[in-house]
Amino acid sequence: MSGFVTLLIALVAAAITYGTPLLFGTLGEVLTEKSGNLNLGVEGIMFMGGAMGLGGVFYYEKSGGANGFAAVAIAILCAFLAGALASLIFSFLTTTLRANQNVTGLALSIFGTGIGQFIGEYMRVSEGGYISISNRLAGYFQNAPFPAFLQKIPLVGGILFGNSLFFYLAILLAVALFWYLNKTRSGLYLRAVGESPATADAAGINVTRYKYLATVIGGGISAIGGMVYIMTIAGCVWNHEGLSGVGWLAVALVIFCMWRPLSAIWGSVLFGALMILYLRLVIPFIPTQLYKILPYVVTVVVLIVSSMRNNKEKQPPASLGLSYFREDR
Amino acid sequence: METKVPLIRLAKREGMEAWKVWCIRVGSILLALLLGALVMCLVGVNPIGAYGTILSGALGKKTAIRQTVKIAVPLLGCALAIAPCFKMRFWNIGAEGQITAGAIAASYFALFWVGRLPGPVLLVVMGLAGAAAGGLWALIPAFFKARWNTNETLFTLMMNYIIIGVVRWLQGGPWEGRPGSQIIPQFDEAACLPRVLGVHCGWIIVLVLVVFMHVYMRYTKHGYEIAVIGDSVNTARYAGMNVGHIMMRTMFLSGAISGIVGFIVASGANNTLYDGVAGGVGFTSITVAWLSQLNAFAMVVISMLLAVLEKGAETLQTRLAVPTSISDIITGILLFCMLGCEFFINYRLILRKGGHKEVAK
Repeated sequence: MSGFVTLLIALVAAAITYGTPLLFGTLGEVLTEKSGNLNLGVEGIMFMGGAMGLGGVFYYEKSGGANGFAAVAIAILCAFLAGALASLIFSFLTTTLRANQNVTGLALSIFGTGIGQFIGEYMRVSEGGYISISNRLAGYFQNAPFPAFLQKIPLVGGILFGNSLFFYLAILLAVALFWYLNKTRSGLYLRAVGESPATADAAGINVTRYKYLATVIGGGISAIGGMVYIMTIAGCVWNHEGLSGVGWLAVALVIFCMWRPLSAIWGSVLFGALMILYLRLVIPFIPTQLYKILPYVVTVVVLIVSSMRNNKEKQPPASLGLSYFREDR
Repeated sequence: METKVPLIRLAKREGMEAWKVWCIRVGSILLALLLGALVMCLVGVNPIGAYGTILSGALGKKTAIRQTVKIAVPLLGCALAIAPCFKMRFWNIGAEGQITAGAIAASYFALFWVGRLPGPVLLVVMGLAGAAAGGLWALIPAFFKARWNTNETLFTLMMNYIIIGVVRWLQGGPWEGRPGSQIIPQFDEAACLPRVLGVHCGWIIVLVLVVFMHVYMRYTKHGYEIAVIGDSVNTARYAGMNVGHIMMRTMFLSGAISGIVGFIVASGANNTLYDGVAGGVGFTSITVAWLSQLNAFAMVVISMLLAVLEKGAETLQTRLAVPTSISDIITGILLFCMLGCEFFINYRLILRKGGHKEVAK
């Protein structure tokens, strides 16, 4: 029995580690999609965030910096700026120049993964084959921000207090996003823009501004997820795989949590668990490689069921993926 | 009463002269190349030399041209597959998965039927199996879209990763060659597409598909129905078209062509099946299709353009030690510029004139 509990606790802890980057990616995309912009460039945005975040910390340490909190702040800032910039391109093309969102998002994915890989490779080549962050500095990214005695509480200590700083940041962010979307006037306006931009426009809401801001800030948040992935899961090094599809998983998670930030918290832990389950839990008749497709299968099922039930509360934003041209009415 | 006139107003523009349209498009490509040059300068590479290397690396030698064509074939084939869906405003971004599904079915026959069927028959069976598998894989989201209006963009996207996961399972499990290798064995000679002019004959299949798709979209009843649905679903319904049926039929066709591309890639280019069989082609070809305005002949040009960039970047890496990902960056910039330039073709900017003449009217 105790063996099972230990296994379960280890699984949940690992699931949280793998879920945290997803949670950032998803929260950013939720904000973006609430404005009616379907930004399929999340994978590219997260690549850029990962490479820029790692680069920022690496050069900070190289230039003599040793302050852990400054390193974390720099990583977040670099990633956020990279993601915001990438999303700005997306916003400009889709909102101002009215390009197709699907195609622009895919172009951004190609561009972003290219930039991420390029920066990663370039740093590696120019720094003589290998870049890494010192263990001490990496600890600020990977270790829990709470004192050790809290983590030693039996059973729940490790799960509640043993995660990296970013998990707690992501939860705060999810709560903040929930509060913003559901409890503030500005959040209501944003949702109105995503549901029916023409109505919002007629009500005097500046559709363009809301779309721009939501997409740019959302992209920045997603990019932080890429940085978190590189700094925690990938161990502060840029390997050739980069993020290996985490961005697409974040898009899936947005659907799975039905565009609700609070559901994204447990959704991300569940997806994180599905990502690593094959390492921890071997069931005889199910091949381990098939575990990895479970998040996508579950998402498809959620998508189908929600469209069948046609519940008004649990739907994609009505104008998701459609550009809004005032003159077209 | 004073009305505020914005600094810039927009107006829809109809019927721009063809030469102006092409000037804008060529201009956008030039702008993209300039921006790409800027990137190269930033990393300390002479852009003129680099572009020269890309061109000579992609088109300089016979072997290089063959490699480039090999890259362009799946891009073109898949763009053709996507065209009817996008014309219908059915956002099928699952070509990646449909390629993979086709490749799996073709590989099944390549691996297990190789002794039982004569060579040419085997290849035909592989192609048909690929088409059927790709078509069926595409039919699933189309069915749910037609029946319950399930969001097809997200559905098709998820389907990609499911089928790629299946390939990973095949690679590590039932179809694994040497135990522990995680690799599916190479196909027998009989299951590989023969070469014509040094490139596997997939290029002929794809060129035939270009003509087919052009005729299908322009001159058939099906193509007309697709165009009507794309313009207005309600009009199509009012005219008595069975929209759901047409959607499923078109998606089956689209998936089938992607499946054939999967067969071509597995049998002609790789001679085996692995999880990267689509390798992003499904996504890149969407941009190819869209930038070609869904015109089959323009797709030939654009897919070649992207193939030249990709092949040239490989040469760039070996000669100048620039990471190959530069091709993704330049491709991205190119796509951004070409996507953006359509705005200036479709809309007119009207600057505010001095005074308030317009208000007086």
